[in-house]
Amino acid sequence: MSEKTARFVYADNAATTPVSPEVLEAMLPFLKEKYGNPSSLYSVAREAASAVEDARAKIAGLLGAKPNEIYFTASGSEADNWAIKGAARANMAKGRHIVTSKIEHHAVLHTCEALEKEGFEVTYLPVDSEGIVDPDEFRKALRPDTVLAAIMYANNEIGTIQPIKELAAIAHERKIPFFTDAVQAVGHIPVNVAELGVDMLALSGHKINAPKGIGALYIKAGTRIKNLIDGGGQERGRRAGTENVPYIVGLARALEIAFARIPELERVRALRDRLIDGILSTIPYSRLNGSREKRLPGNVNVAFEFIEGESLVLLLDSVGICASTGSACSTASLEPSHVLLAIGLPHEKAHGSLRLSLSHENTDEDVDYILEKLPPLVERLRAMSPLYEEFMRGEKIFKV
Amino acid sequence: MAMLYSQKVMDHFANPRNVGEIPDADAVGEVGNAVCGDIMKMYLKIDKETETITDVKFKTFGCGAAIATSSMATELIKGKTIKEALQLTNKAVIEALDGLPPAKIHCSVLAEEAVKAAIADYYRKQGREIDFDLGCGGDCEHCGH
Repeated sequence: MSEKTARFVYADNAATTPVSPEVLEAMLPFLKEKYGNPSSLYSVAREAASAVEDARAKIAGLLGAKPNEIYFTASGSEADNWAIKGAARANMAKGRHIVTSKIEHHAVLHTCEALEKEGFEVTYLPVDSEGIVDPDEFRKALRPDTVLAAIMYANNEIGTIQPIKELAAIAHERKIPFFTDAVQAVGHIPVNVAELGVDMLALSGHKINAPKGIGALYIKAGTRIKNLIDGGGQERGRRAGTENVPYIVGLARALEIAFARIPELERVRALRDRLIDGILSTIPYSRLNGSREKRLPGNVNVAFEFIEGESLVLLLDSVGICASTGSACSTASLEPSHVLLAIGLPHEKAHGSLRLSLSHENTDEDVDYILEKLPPLVERLRAMSPLYEEFMRGEKIFKV
Repeated sequence: MAMLYSQKVMDHFANPRNVGEIPDADAVGEVGNAVCGDIMKMYLKIDKETETITDVKFKTFGCGAAIATSSMATELIKGKTIKEALQLTNKAVIEALDGLPPAKIHCSVLAEEAVKAAIADYYRKQGREIDFDLGCGGDCEHCGH
């Protein structure tokens, strides 16, 4: 479906974002003339080395950390893997129990599952119907042999924001290190590691207009953690691999811009609310997934009964709207989104969910366009849905 | 994970053939379930003299591939005798669509089974013994439900 459409609306910013011109401009010298390996001794290399350290200092300043607590990785997934595997393996003498939640990103869930195969025990905490971890349940799940707690800051599918400060404080009462995957939160809501009191925090560049393939892990000084990638002595001997200088520079620039823009995201929040209200009021048998209040400024996730999400995403693409679905058919598995199941959606409703994620680049006209195009497309799919037919005939009673 | 659909799949998804219901259908078959995310319902009009499928319509709840395979299956059996329609395989549906991503093969299986379920309904109404395999009884291990 590549025909020219009336409008192109990119509403999948939680999946990835374009590299901004300012970020690209900051990166280009390090792809061209300043190509030196930061470990070398001559001047073109020293320029690269100091660019990496400048970037580290900038990022540390933004996050409320010290520069020597910031480590660059090749992705948010690598940062998640390192934090969890590294901290778990470093504390094996104390115990082999990890506490996390059922709605984590697969980079956390599958890492925990891998550790289970190594003999660790993992508690996957349930969440309430809005997708929030209950601090009391979190406290109860902590055991004398718990060596790590890992709870995401904001959910990638439903945008729900967790009470990280409170959870980290509870973990610290028991002297348990606390890690948060903040890939969706950083640059969208204020994030300060000192205020949050977390021991480790993962972030990713491509969600905030830096390129794909760069992330970072904050590791509070004194945190026990083993290496994930051994090799040369880069990153003070803790993460080997020649530094990706242009991408590191790009990440720092992108974070600077994103942090400065956070107050402006009130406008995105207003767009989000208009989109949610518009959808729920014009499309019957639809519901918002996740918390209305504790929600990322750009996240809209709605379930439409009687239809399947992938079909809707394909039809939206045909009118120039990029969105996504957490439904089974978007992956190789037939299971619908683990997040939607965790907030209590039955399978059939979880299959019919749509995520629209807005950014500062979206406009009022974009929201108007989505609100114009979406209802007839949902209606079109319902018109060919046997579930809708049965429902309209009253053959089956569905709870809405 | 992005799915690469063939142009034929996209065409049958965006412009599905034979969508709808036949109010006075001679046979109706429904396969799949909402839990797995796919339901196909097929309506047949059958000429009793020649046992030819004179009209066919479908309704499907499911992904792009589920809608496209339903549409293609209806095209492949329209105008055929029920004996010929029983020969329809999921492989024939896949070939006619210029292929399906591996994760979507089950949609073509459902399309084959929807045709068989509808013909089984016709046999039942006629008091005939169902002498062919219906395939999925809704409890196959593929979707685990």
